[in-house]
Parts: sequence; C-alpha cells; structure tokens
Amino acid sequence: MAEFINSFLFPDQPDHWIGVLITALIHVVMIINVIAVGALVFIWMERKVSGRIQDRLGPTRVGGKFGWLQTLADGLKLVAKEDITPGQADSFLFKLAPYLSFTASFCAFIALPFASGYSWSSGWAAREVNTGVFFVLAVLGLEVFGVILAGYASGSKWSLFGGMREAAQVVSYEVPLGLCVIIPVMLAGSMNLVTIGDMQEGLFTNWFLFHDPFTFCVFWVYFTCAMASVNRAPFDLAEAESELVAGFHTEYSGLRWSIFFMAEYGSMFLVSALAAILFFGGWNGPFPVFATLASALGWEAWPTTGLLGYVAGLAGVANILFKGVVGVTVMIWVRWTLPRLRIDQVITMCWKYCVPIAAVCFAGALFWQYNNIWFLNSLHPARSRAEVRENWSVNELQLLTPSALHEVGESDMAKGIENEAGGQI
Amino acid sequence: MNWHTLLFYLFALMSCGFAIAVVASSNVVRMAFFLIVSLASTAGLFFLAGAHFVGAMQIMIYVGGTLVLLIFGVMLTAHAAFVSMVTKSSDWVLAAVFGGALLGLLALTAFSVEDWRVARGDQAAVTSSEGEFASSIGQALMGMRVDRLSEGNSQLEAGMSGYLLPFEIIAIHLLVVLIGAAYLARTKRRVGSVTEGVQ
Repeated sequence: MAEFINSFLFPDQPDHWIGVLITALIHVVMIINVIAVGALVFIWMERKVSGRIQDRLGPTRVGGKFGWLQTLADGLKLVAKEDITPGQADSFLFKLAPYLSFTASFCAFIALPFASGYSWSSGWAAREVNTGVFFVLAVLGLEVFGVILAGYASGSKWSLFGGMREAAQVVSYEVPLGLCVIIPVMLAGSMNLVTIGDMQEGLFTNWFLFHDPFTFCVFWVYFTCAMASVNRAPFDLAEAESELVAGFHTEYSGLRWSIFFMAEYGSMFLVSALAAILFFGGWNGPFPVFATLASALGWEAWPTTGLLGYVAGLAGVANILFKGVVGVTVMIWVRWTLPRLRIDQVITMCWKYCVPIAAVCFAGALFWQYNNIWFLNSLHPARSRAEVRENWSVNELQLLTPSALHEVGESDMAKGIENEAGGQI
Repeated sequence: MNWHTLLFYLFALMSCGFAIAVVASSNVVRMAFFLIVSLASTAGLFFLAGAHFVGAMQIMIYVGGTLVLLIFGVMLTAHAAFVSMVTKSSDWVLAAVFGGALLGLLALTAFSVEDWRVARGDQAAVTSSEGEFASSIGQALMGMRVDRLSEGNSQLEAGMSGYLLPFEIIAIHLLVVLIGAAYLARTKRRVGSVTEGVQ
C-alpha cells in the first residue's frame, strides 16, 4: 500500500517515508474507528441489556427508536465536563495514565486479523505479525500500567487500593490465560493468527472448540480469565464502587475518564475476537458458503484472486465482528447477573481452579492430538491442517527452479503438499 | 529519507532519552514509567529489524517485568505521598565510574568489529527477514539448529546441538525458585494464623 501511494508522490522512491506515514495513518484511523464505534455500540448495549435484566427499559428517547444515540449524548456530556486534576495528584502521571491504557489496547489491535485475505500471502490485519497470539497477549498485558499509574498518581487512597488490586489480579490471571491460549497454538502448530484461523475453515465442526472435549472445556476457562484480565465484572475489583467509591478512576472526570472506558471496551472486544479466532474459526462462517459457490461455478482459482475472494473477505470481517460482539454481549450479561467476587475469591478462582483445569486440559488436548482420536473435527475436514501451516513451503516450491523442484519432489512431504495443493480447497 | 532510517532514529532516540530520564528523575514511580518507555522503544527496534518474536519477548519479559518494579515502588513509597529519592554525591561518583567504564568497554568492543565500521555497499539488496524466525528459535531450544544444517565446516557442527541443556537448567531453576517462593509465603502465613488463633 505504501508503494501504491508513493507511486503518485515519489515515483522514483517506493519506500519514501511520507507514503509509509500516510499508510500508517490510514491504518491508525481505521483501528481507532473500530475501538471508538465499538465503544459507542457496546455502551448503548450495556445500558439496554442491564435495563432488561433489571426489568426496566433502559434509554429510549435519544435518536428516536431504542435510544440508539444515547452514547453520543453521554459523550457530549463528558466533553462538556470540567477536566479536574486533584491538588494532591502527581499531575504528569495523572494526565498520562488514561492514554497509556488506551495505547496498550490500541496496539494489540495492530496484529488482530479480521479476515484471511483468501490468498497464501497475508491476512486483513494492520500488520500481520508472525507470532500474533504472543504479541497480542504481551501488549494487552500492558493495559494494567495505565490503571496502576492512575491509582498511584491520583493521590487518593481509594485509587491506590484499586490500582494495587488490579495489579495482583492481572499478574495472577496472565498465567491461566497463557495456558489456555497455548492449546489452540499447539493444535495449530503456529502462533500466526491468520494461520490459526485458516486452519478452521469449512464446516463449523472444524472449529478448534470441537477438536476434543478438553478444548471445549478450556474455552470457558479462557473466557473467564479473559474477563478477569480486562478487569470486567464480576472481577472488577479495581473499581468496586461499593467499597472503593470508584477505584482507580475515583479522581477522574470528563474526557480522561471516558478514555479509560474506551480502552476497557476495546480490550473486551479484542479478547472476544481473539477467542473467536482461537476457538470459533475466526472469519470462517459456520457453513463454507463461498467455497461451495466457487466450486459449483467451477472457479478453482477463486481463493487467490478475483472479486469473489474479496467479497468472501468482507463476509469474513462480518463473521468475526459478529462473533466478537456475541462475546461482548455475554460479558455484559455476566456482569449484570453475577455479584462481584471478593479479592481472595478472585485469587482462589485463578490459582485453585483456572490454572489446574487449564493444565489438565492442556495435557488432555495433547493426548487427543497425539493419538489422533476421532472427534467432531474429523467429521468433514476442509483440507489438511499441515497444508495450511506449511503454505510457505508451497510458496518456496513454486519459487524454485524446475531442477531444484525435481530434487525436492523426491521427499514424501513435498509430494504430499503438491498433491494436496493441487487437489481439494 | 527512508522510513526505516527515520523510525530507527526515532526509536533509538526515545530509548536513550528515556533511559537518561530514569537516572535523572527522583520519583520512583516516574522512574518506572520512563523505564517502560525506554524498554518499549527497544522492542520497537526489534520489530523494525523484523524480529517480531524477540520484540514481543522484550515487551512480555522486560516491560511486563517492570510492572513488579512499579508495584514495589508504589508499596515502598505509599506511606508518604510521592517521596522523592535523594542520591548522595558519593553514589553519583561511584555510579559514574562504573557506568562510564562499562560504556567505554562496550563502545570499544563495538567499534573494534571491522564490519560494523563501514556501511555495507549492497544496501538495496538487504531485505527484512520476517520469516520463520520463531520456529527456528523454538527448534534451537529443543536441540536442533536448523540454520546450521547446511554448514559445510565440520568444526562448526558442534553448535548444531542447540540449547536444550541450558533451556532445561533454566527451567528447573525457575521451578525451584517458584516452589521456594511459595514455601516461604506459606510458612509465614501459617505461623501468623496460629498466633492469631491463640490470642
């Protein structure tokens, strides 16, 4: 894309920094839109869902039907509020903390793919990272810095308590979260999110959720830990308004306060989308509509090029957005159903339940995969997973000279890849 | 100007500048924050070099590890708000001598490498290796150096065995540390709860 922009501005320098900057800005604007529009919808949804759960209507007036513009009105109110910095506060860190939280949430979106691109090369991500899962988890873990700094810099005991609780909670929950994420990574043999998503194409029985009973269990552990790590009720001890006033954001008002919330809703969507990619087939719908269509029409080359591939990509984006929104809805539902846990219950939940269950599931999934036991995944496999994972070797085979291809072709693995690549899809 | 060069200067400047800010600041929590930015900029340098896995590791281990430092900073200074640390002048001298000696040694070593002193001629041919880097690191940790398989020199084949032994030693070491920490934390609490029960 940078080359494309530079071909207009600087035809002789394809990697001039201005073109790269414009490309980066386009990506940044799109990601910020995902987070901001997401927050707009999710906050409205939260109000409606909580209203229904508490047997009332929620917002009904702003924007005509269903009060769908309520969040915009809330936002206007927040912009109009006075921006207060307490006299006791460390004003530099106090002002910086919300942006730090938001930056961490935003940076994790950089590596999140929204569709596979339907080619061998790359996914629809701002930047496809080879070790995407690891990158997303590492960056998402930084969000807690904003909360701790806010807690410390506010110069208020409520804020400090909230920040320290958040620190204890997040440090604990990173362990089971990592254990849960390792299982799909192990099944896929890759940390690339695009590859992991592509491996689950075909019918919905190919999703990693249905790989074996253990992955089915571990998804629920993942979802619990994800909820805890994004500081969401019933794990929202950092704000615990019944005991800590408002926890780490007690002293915040106006726009800075709302930036914390944008970061929170952004992370909620992010962990839901990550769950969708790791367990629910990502951008692959429950039924392979476009693959069936292409084979019915006899377009064998559709996955790499053509308009249908692009439309399939757009459908993939719709799929993953839908799955992410479903995840966020479940989080909202849980928040308004379950009471908040105590801090000792939160830590017990993590170390005595989540970690052992995740560890047992890891061993179980390993056993299942190693012995290749039948489960729903074997029902209707779209194509061999090794073929998706090793697509780089197909690329290399294509790049090699005919004589070298002949040499490589001697090995069984290369033959298998050639056969499979020529066959189904 | 090439975007790669521009970003390199940006990250390098941020990394060094905030490292100096860590030393210059007197507030523990601000120091921790500056350290986070400095380490994250170093991760940016790794990403710029195409080493995504190493960059993510840098964020996970070093930047994430600063979290614990930050917590301790908050806990130690929480009894009075925003305590500032005053460094004695003798400490300054000592730190300057040791830091300067290390810096001099590193600079001397870096400049003694012949290849690093002159810019390479075929810069256009250099491509970023955003390839299968993480898997070769993983395989090296499991005991095989895939990058050395085509090594013709039999003298260098010794390095092909990878890093399985150090990896295992570190793993066992960390496990021992973890169990030790859990044991220490448990015994202390048990004694406390017994005395509380007696009272």
